Amino acid sequence: MTGKQYISGYCSIENNTVKLNGQEIFNVPDAAFAEFAKQLYRDMETDYPKFFKMDNLSKLSFLAAELLLKDGDNENTALLFANASSSLDTDVKFNDSISDKDNYFPSPAVFVYTLPNICLGEISIKHKLYTENSFFIFDTFNPEFFANYAAVLLNTDKAAKVLCGWVEFLNDEYRAFVYLVSVNGTIEHTPQNIQTLYLS
Amino acid sequence: MDLRSVYISHTNCVTPLGFDVESNVHALEKGMSGISRQDNPALMDAPFYSGAIDDEKLNAAFVAISNGNSYTRLEKMMLLALYPVVQKAGIELTDKTAFILSTTKGNITALQHNEAVPEEAYLQGLAQNISGFFGFTSQPIVVSNACVSGILAVSVAKRMIQTGVYDHTFIVSGDEVSKFVLAGFNSFQAMSDEPCRPYSANRKGVTLGEAAAAALVTVDSNDASAKITGDGSINDANHISGPSRTGEGLVRSIESALKEAKVSADAIQYISAHGTATPFNDEMEAIAFNRTGLNEVPVNSFKGYYGHTLGASGLLETVMGLETMKHNRVYTSLGYDEPGVSQPINVIRENKDTQVDYFLKTASGFGGCNTAVVFQKIKNDR
Amino acid sequence: MEALKQELKEKIITILNLEDIQPADINDNDALFGDGLGLDSIDALELIVMLDKDYGIKLSDPKEGRAIFQSIETMAAYITENRTK
Repeated sequence: MTGKQYISGYCSIENNTVKLNGQEIFNVPDAAFAEFAKQLYRDMETDYPKFFKMDNLSKLSFLAAELLLKDGDNENTALLFANASSSLDTDVKFNDSISDKDNYFPSPAVFVYTLPNICLGEISIKHKLYTENSFFIFDTFNPEFFANYAAVLLNTDKAAKVLCGWVEFLNDEYRAFVYLVSVNGTIEHTPQNIQTLYLS
Repeated sequence: MDLRSVYISHTNCVTPLGFDVESNVHALEKGMSGISRQDNPALMDAPFYSGAIDDEKLNAAFVAISNGNSYTRLEKMMLLALYPVVQKAGIELTDKTAFILSTTKGNITALQHNEAVPEEAYLQGLAQNISGFFGFTSQPIVVSNACVSGILAVSVAKRMIQTGVYDHTFIVSGDEVSKFVLAGFNSFQAMSDEPCRPYSANRKGVTLGEAAAAALVTVDSNDASAKITGDGSINDANHISGPSRTGEGLVRSIESALKEAKVSADAIQYISAHGTATPFNDEMEAIAFNRTGLNEVPVNSFKGYYGHTLGASGLLETVMGLETMKHNRVYTSLGYDEPGVSQPINVIRENKDTQVDYFLKTASGFGGCNTAVVFQKIKNDR
Repeated sequence: MEALKQELKEKIITILNLEDIQPADINDNDALFGDGLGLDSIDALELIVMLDKDYGIKLSDPKEGRAIFQSIETMAAYITENRTK
């Protein structure tokens, strides 16, 4: 595939507010993330009990992906995700659980989330995506890299679409910005346009 | 679009078996393992087996390249691994030269209970410490994709060069044995109480290890040992910690890599597989190799020599796989005795001279990730 | 024994994050794994940690867990027999 590529949909989740393609669609004022995430999950009418077993980063990523994938044809949709703090939110929790010798009970269910790419596994399982996936770490949102690597996946026929995501979660501070790149759409897939949508 | 050919040239590794490729090959030839019994209550209460790098040796070697003392242990391993690769390459570090760092846990040992997360515990903090040492001008790209990270980094480098984003990419991969990962693997009841035995009927689980490996991936075929001809990195979509029972993601990754390389399974003469020695991983790989017609290809796991070095393993094992191809000599899959997977695979039982012009590297990890990369030998007289 | 069973149901729901399930939804002889509550391999490992932490029972072989974690009934019986706290 070497034709033009477009951003066919995008969404953001931050400050307990969800925006889909620029429109605010959901908001829960004054709630902690866990409560906000639960309400959003219910609102989306998704039936997936494993959601409640996920760590914060996976919940955030899962919900954002759900908004763009839930009614679509996701055939050969690759996942390209990144953030700044890897899985540190859960790393800190796991590390705390092993720092007291007299209360040393490391949890396998916590440990498994001490890898940032687990959220890609969660999304892949939910949407049966037997597709390319990769997780990267940058200081800050990196539209150049996202644009380059998504184009690489499409231009080398490794994927038909790419779901790109910046999913950051650390110490209750969070932000997800997820968008879908394909041959359809009106917003041209360029670093400038990605940055503009990220800041909007 | 026109895709460029991409090569892998200079390589290096820092492991318990030696701090350069030559000493590691020598150890493989002799059947030496880097795994030993550790009695270190600071890491784990009970004694355990791991592939551990000696601190004194590491510090002594590090002094030869730097008098900086602000580097963490992992950073020293990574700097030592990458240093000769950068020196030998002699490439101008422009914005067409990328730097990729792959790791699963990075400087996780820097985390302190009840304290703010220090800068070096961020993976970009680690990457910038390494990048600053060499003076790379492009922003480091950090790949953190569980146990496929090391080989995925090669795949990412190849793809970015193939499409012209970069001309050269230096890769360093590394992970340490820490209290953190020991506790985690232990909580998964996945640790072996003896050195690991990949694919064996007597395997008891994982042995952890630590290492750093480095390579140059480049558009320039001079000095190259191999061409990177195809790759795939496809998810199992099955379970976040258990590998697929059907090997679906690995099968698709291999198929994607072979298709791009324009070769059939028959062309592959050697596989450096993942082989963690957990019951499910090894079984999954055997199924995948049978499904892809690779069941008769000589295969080994280097985990018996190094343990599972997590984010380093994919690149470290690629480096040793390239040596296998260079010398046309395959190495014993250490720890293997009797078949312990339900479908037959051709596990290498002794060091042997055999022609290897194409080799396949595979890895699989938590999150359902898999990566497969095909390397083709190129003849270089230089 | 009844109190222990109730306690186990509550614990399992909390520890394994079974959001939409109430203790009353779990019958003493319901299968916990497979089709029953749909628990998986990580849940099994987590239950092994719970046995250790709350009842002082160490399982070194995860295969032992399969028989013990069949149902609330089998868990309660095993804990009653083997608990050290």
